[in-house]
Amino acid sequence: MDILEVTNLTKEFGGLTANKDVSMNVKEGSITAVIGPNGAGKTTFFNMITGVYQPTAGEIKLKGQSIVGLKPDEVAKKGISRTFQNIRLFGEMSVIENVLVGMHNHLKTSLFGIFLSLPNTKKEELQAEQEAYRLLEYFELSHLINEKANNLSYGAQRKLEIARALATQPKLILLDEPAAGMNPKETKELTDIIKRMGKEFGVTILLIEHDMKLVMELSEQIFVLDHGEKIAEGNPEAIRTNPKVIEAYLGSAAVQ
Amino acid sequence: MLLEMFQTLPQVLIDGLTLGAVYAVVALGYTMVYGILQLINFAHGEIFMTGAFIGTALFIMIMGWGSAIPQILLLIIVLVITASITGFIGVGMERIAYRPLRNAPRLIPLITAIGISFVLQDVIRFIAELTSGNYIVTGPSLFSENINLKTSAISSVFNDASFKTSFLIVLTVAILLMITLDFFVNRTKWGTAMRAVALDRETAALMSINVNKVISITFFIGSALGGATGVLFALQYGTIDPYIGFILGLKAFIAAVLGGIGNIRGAMLGGIMLGVMEMFAAANLSLLTGGIFGAEYKDVFAFAILILVLIFKPEGLLGKPTAEKV
Repeated sequence: MDILEVTNLTKEFGGLTANKDVSMNVKEGSITAVIGPNGAGKTTFFNMITGVYQPTAGEIKLKGQSIVGLKPDEVAKKGISRTFQNIRLFGEMSVIENVLVGMHNHLKTSLFGIFLSLPNTKKEELQAEQEAYRLLEYFELSHLINEKANNLSYGAQRKLEIARALATQPKLILLDEPAAGMNPKETKELTDIIKRMGKEFGVTILLIEHDMKLVMELSEQIFVLDHGEKIAEGNPEAIRTNPKVIEAYLGSAAVQ
Repeated sequence: MLLEMFQTLPQVLIDGLTLGAVYAVVALGYTMVYGILQLINFAHGEIFMTGAFIGTALFIMIMGWGSAIPQILLLIIVLVITASITGFIGVGMERIAYRPLRNAPRLIPLITAIGISFVLQDVIRFIAELTSGNYIVTGPSLFSENINLKTSAISSVFNDASFKTSFLIVLTVAILLMITLDFFVNRTKWGTAMRAVALDRETAALMSINVNKVISITFFIGSALGGATGVLFALQYGTIDPYIGFILGLKAFIAAVLGGIGNIRGAMLGGIMLGVMEMFAAANLSLLTGGIFGAEYKDVFAFAILILVLIFKPEGLLGKPTAEKV
């Protein structure tokens, strides 16, 4: 069963074509990677899936339902969440508040409940805090809950972004270069977390990454973009030996 | 000279705190909207004025029914109704005038805001003249008993202070409004969402927050607070006209800048400070300058302090210095 079906997705910015006729199907419960050289259109692709950009042409379906034309918050409510290439935490807010923002849509408190401080509202906010705490425990960040997000180490900020994205209870999570800027030890730790979290949170993972070791170790399926077009797809072994992929990364001289 | 300043201190503090509380609550409206949209909503002073008129109309209307409603109950009813109406005016204003300009250069919504100010002033003036024949309206006198505070009993350097009960009402209601807002912003789901939108609108949307709804809520709360303060103002000073929003709005805006625009607690602090400084100047300026400047220069004094603060701390008292992104 495919959770995400993308058909002939195209995005043009003025005269520049960032994505051209990209099609890909992502299997439910899988870990799938999108790789490609810098400027291949990977982040643009993520931005279209999450509703930040509207595609020029093409179709995106989540569980068989079209999500083209929805606004980012509506896409998030349908069950897609993401992290960012450049960390975009709410830096001035505490660690736990960042996670609580992610849980926003699942808290049913009405504005009336807040102003009348109904017991239900209080109970629910307490539950939310407990849930956020558990999530942070999973990412080994629970000792930092009251710290400002800005004060966290780089690796911890990356993990917090994933925790915040998971707090929205997504069906599909998009990780945009989760290991960027991490040292080898942090990358190893992150690889383990990503491997576990797919099953434990019942979430399908689609990631962009340049760290090939991480990509090859985690992914069941890999899609390769170059100059906005999909040039290859397959399992890690097939991608590793695909001449088109080698050419895209190393230039045509490497293949001959 | 020092002794004379001490003598008037209790009265200065009472008057200053009351005026400051009014500035502070109005300043909240400026600072909340700025925090979320980086928009200086100059029409906010007119929302305050609209609240004063709606409040006065309601006082006159309800009291005209002749029933002997207790004053305090009457006040609560009028506050709630006025705040709701001005809240919805604020939401409508954003929906009609600001949202279509969300991605326009910043100067454009600023001009729109000034335009809305004129529209509100003239609409209120029109309605007031149509119904009462004069745009200067005097409301009923409520909470007008005098209370004498025997501050001279604390220490003989102080004079006694006196104030109308309405002072106490204004101060209490304003402080209650501020505490509630602070709780709302810092401790609740929608308050957290509001702060998230202020920090990074796009990311907040990706975390399933409906940004338009948060902006509407912000305008509702800011305008409801502004309208409620208008009622308090009308209660305190009795006579109102459609132009009271201009200078008061300007001062509240200055209070917001003084405290650090975008910072909610800063707006409260800035408002209280500005109010106390103004009253201090009114009482002591002629004393301090040997009669050269009189009480009518109180605004100059308050604004001079503002300029001084901003020279040394341009981000405002509680604001965070923002590094230029390179």
